[in-house]
Amino acid sequence: MVKEIERCGIPVVHMCTVVPISKTVGANRIIPTIAIPHPLGNPALTKEDEKNLRRRLLQRALKALQTEIHVQTVFEE
Amino acid sequence: MKKFRVVHYLNQFYGGIGGEDKADYPVEVREGVVGPGMAIKGALGEDGEIVATIICGDNYFSSNEKAATAQILDIVAKYQPDILVAGPAFNAGRYGFACGAVCRAVGEKFNIPVLTGMYQENPGVDSYRNYTYIVKTGNSAVDMRNAVPAMVIMLKKLAGGEALGSAEEEGCFAPGAGVRRNFFHEERGSKRAVDMMMAKIKGEPFVTEYPMPEFDRVAANPPVLDLTKATVALVTSGGIVPKGNPDRIESSSASKYGRYDLTGITDLTAETFETAHGGYDPVYANQDADRVLPVDIMREFEAAGVIGKLYHHYYATVGNGTSVANAKAYAAAIGAELKENGVDAVILTST
Repeated sequence: MVKEIERCGIPVVHMCTVVPISKTVGANRIIPTIAIPHPLGNPALTKEDEKNLRRRLLQRALKALQTEIHVQTVFEE
Repeated sequence: MKKFRVVHYLNQFYGGIGGEDKADYPVEVREGVVGPGMAIKGALGEDGEIVATIICGDNYFSSNEKAATAQILDIVAKYQPDILVAGPAFNAGRYGFACGAVCRAVGEKFNIPVLTGMYQENPGVDSYRNYTYIVKTGNSAVDMRNAVPAMVIMLKKLAGGEALGSAEEEGCFAPGAGVRRNFFHEERGSKRAVDMMMAKIKGEPFVTEYPMPEFDRVAANPPVLDLTKATVALVTSGGIVPKGNPDRIESSSASKYGRYDLTGITDLTAETFETAHGGYDPVYANQDADRVLPVDIMREFEAAGVIGKLYHHYYATVGNGTSVANAKAYAAAIGAELKENGVDAVILTST
């Protein structure tokens, strides 16, 4: 899906937990996330800490969208 | 002849532990056969014996690959098998990766043959064909009755050190250099190459000995220059839908995607949104769907002027056993619509 949207000319960032799958299917900008059933959250945290976590992940995604890349790139912390 | 010893690897589902709610199940070993191991045992007959079955949850494996692999290697060392077989994983992505990774690790550490089975679209095929034999299977457990006999034929050949035919003859995916075996051809390479060329010129059929890989890559688009003026859209394969799943998107092998209005919505709650996805434990997404589709923080960014705006629709489908052809078609339609509506960037979340 990531690849087809990219093909339409829109930069896309893939946020997912299983990074090897994302690489295999050809995502270009990749953000590793927390866990399969809650990629952008963590039920073990307080509501506020969980939001902070989600905010940080999305800030990284926005940074990826603003970064020029030429090869598949995993944006780690 | 002495029976050869087999260790079998299964995930939590085929190991009879449970579904997605048990996907965090740690590594466990059982003496003897479990689940599909029964059918393998039947087909093996007197030639070989499954001495142990290793079971591990798919999420546990993918989140703790190093530790899980180390534990599995310890178990395999204890049982001293002549061969390891994993799965079959059919079209299950995480399971395919786990089967591939286990085969690779065991093959490299103990220098014994390893074997698994997958459907052609399983992403584990391309990642691990260099390290293990992978028998071609159908895309779901419905194919178990064909997959097991095919795997056992290969299993016997590998365990017995028999000569193998071409990948096509053996019903395998073409193996990479790591597991490919050499053999002496009656004709030398130069003659075969010229024969092939002559056949090609004459328009006669010929079979290449080295198919070129198909790389379907799309180059990254240029970055967004000014995010504060950009419209950003959210797309997910994690199945987040308005409560009640109005479009009835299927929990697996989704036949459609949905487009849903986000106008006026600043937070997804347990009362308003849920997941339709049947391939992961839905508890956390049903409690708070922002954990998969982060509308709350995107609204916050929008209010703070970090992004221009959040696009007023989001798109969702269920990425669970959904065919690659369908996923491509959905995303091509979604992408075209987003482009037409002036969306500058997309955040796509997957579970």
